[in-house]
Amino acid sequence: MASDTGWMRDREGMGIWEHRGKVAVVGWGQSHMDRRWDGVTMDRSCGGLAKEACLKAIADAGLSLGDIDGLITSAETRAEQTWAPRPYFDPPFDTEDGLIKASAEWIQHEVGFKNVKYLKSDSPYIGPMMGMAAQAVGDGLCETALVWYPMVNLDGRYGHNNPQNSNQEAPGNSAFTLPWGYQAGAMFNNLVIFQQYCKKYGKSHDGLAPLCLNLRRNGLMTPWGYYAMHEPHQITTEEYLNGRLIEEPLVVYDCDRPVNTCAAFIFTTAERAKDLRQKPIYVLNHAQNNGSGRSTMATLEEHQDAVASLARKMWEGSGLGAADVDIFNPYDGYLTFTQQFLEGFQWHGVKLGEAHDFYADDIRVEGPHPFLSSGGNNGTGRTRSALFSDSLQQLRGTAGPRQVTVRAETALAGCNTPDSNGFIMFSKSPS
Amino acid sequence: MSTIPGLVRPAPVPNDLTKPFWDACNERRLVLQICTACESLQYPPAPRCNQCGMADKLDWREVQGKGHIDVYLVMRDSRIKGFQGAQPINFAVITLDEDPGINFLSNLPGTPPGEVPVGAPVELIFEETSTGQMVHEWQVIK
Repeated sequence: MASDTGWMRDREGMGIWEHRGKVAVVGWGQSHMDRRWDGVTMDRSCGGLAKEACLKAIADAGLSLGDIDGLITSAETRAEQTWAPRPYFDPPFDTEDGLIKASAEWIQHEVGFKNVKYLKSDSPYIGPMMGMAAQAVGDGLCETALVWYPMVNLDGRYGHNNPQNSNQEAPGNSAFTLPWGYQAGAMFNNLVIFQQYCKKYGKSHDGLAPLCLNLRRNGLMTPWGYYAMHEPHQITTEEYLNGRLIEEPLVVYDCDRPVNTCAAFIFTTAERAKDLRQKPIYVLNHAQNNGSGRSTMATLEEHQDAVASLARKMWEGSGLGAADVDIFNPYDGYLTFTQQFLEGFQWHGVKLGEAHDFYADDIRVEGPHPFLSSGGNNGTGRTRSALFSDSLQQLRGTAGPRQVTVRAETALAGCNTPDSNGFIMFSKSPS
Repeated sequence: MSTIPGLVRPAPVPNDLTKPFWDACNERRLVLQICTACESLQYPPAPRCNQCGMADKLDWREVQGKGHIDVYLVMRDSRIKGFQGAQPINFAVITLDEDPGINFLSNLPGTPPGEVPVGAPVELIFEETSTGQMVHEWQVIK
């Protein structure tokens, strides 16, 4: 890892990944999930949930604290605000660390890891972070890495407490977007591109309804997910079509629900994975996109080119092709961009402009095209980690009612947006 | 102030890179970066050419201010405080006729929310923000 991005596989022509099949995921832990932190219950704070997820992942792998020599996490917890100016609590909750993030140093101290030689608290969001963790183990920076990704949601309307959104001035690059109402994040540009998609292919927003309904269905089969726990009812087409408009045509049901939770994963070498509790799930490749458009708004064609390139990188590094991917869990934080991944990777032969027809076919987990068997973020809450944990569960054969009936030998998962993301290829076999 | 009722636009804050652009707006002119090495127009401004990577070949060129509406959405639940009093409000993407690869944002003053004629020609106008800084806007050519 020569530099902050030197570990990335973000260029075509890099060949087969040098650690293909030599790194495995052997543990997963999912914490409790709430809509928001109540500000009182410390074991439901960001730090409390991170500890819970980490300890569950270690137990799932059959490891002890002393086996962990790498700690990797991201500060990108989407808290949208700091805990201050509210009063802090007694240690270890006496700073933002533990309340709106849980750094490697905080977890090391609070959980009591003694053998850590690699700590990283500034990893990117979970998509690229999963690739970074695989690369770190493959490169020998550590043998067994604990990786966790908290999502933080404090009280108040999400995003409305972000200081940027109440600023009466638009500094830096925001001067070219904010004065017209553009909100930072994935919503606006991808909605613009969705409108371009509909215009080009003669589609409409209604075409997303079958996807939304099926994601909720899958999410209700995920016991720890937000909807299974807190709002256990199946959404109807009528509800979706009459959903509260956010930015027309986007409705509230197109948006993943911000939640307060944490997931953790354990990566280790294929050699170390041999005698652990779980059957290893091997990593065959990871790939990233770090693109941006030419002008103010990236365009449909730019995003289509970006995902096509991502797919070529994934096929090149893994040695697999579209027909080899059994489980496919791409990001669905806003349903308006998910079709870019489906069509760009051409999963189950879906070509440009065909996604809505595919959604209207049988995408149930028990059917022939179990797209986003995880339920995604739309169906389980905005964890981003469900994409990866479902992939592992499907390959382990432990997805319960979500277990697909088609072959489940390989899985491809990743997030976030078509132009900026990280994807990882899992396999039951190292070759 | 904006001609759209209830709208309080966040005011651009010029920096060393963008000052020529915003100064031109105050003179009711639209200038874009032009790379004299590869002849590419560039917007928003950047320290180097996005096409060929040259950093010392960027100049400014005034453009005509003619464009077309590509797509739009209607903001109904903005997180941005200055827009909450103006909802529903159009949010459109405008392509520049001189180079359709360049696009701008617009709230389309004068066009009722949701009644946006996609594909229609638009022309450049300017609106004042709270600091007095002018911003470029677009309106449908009647």
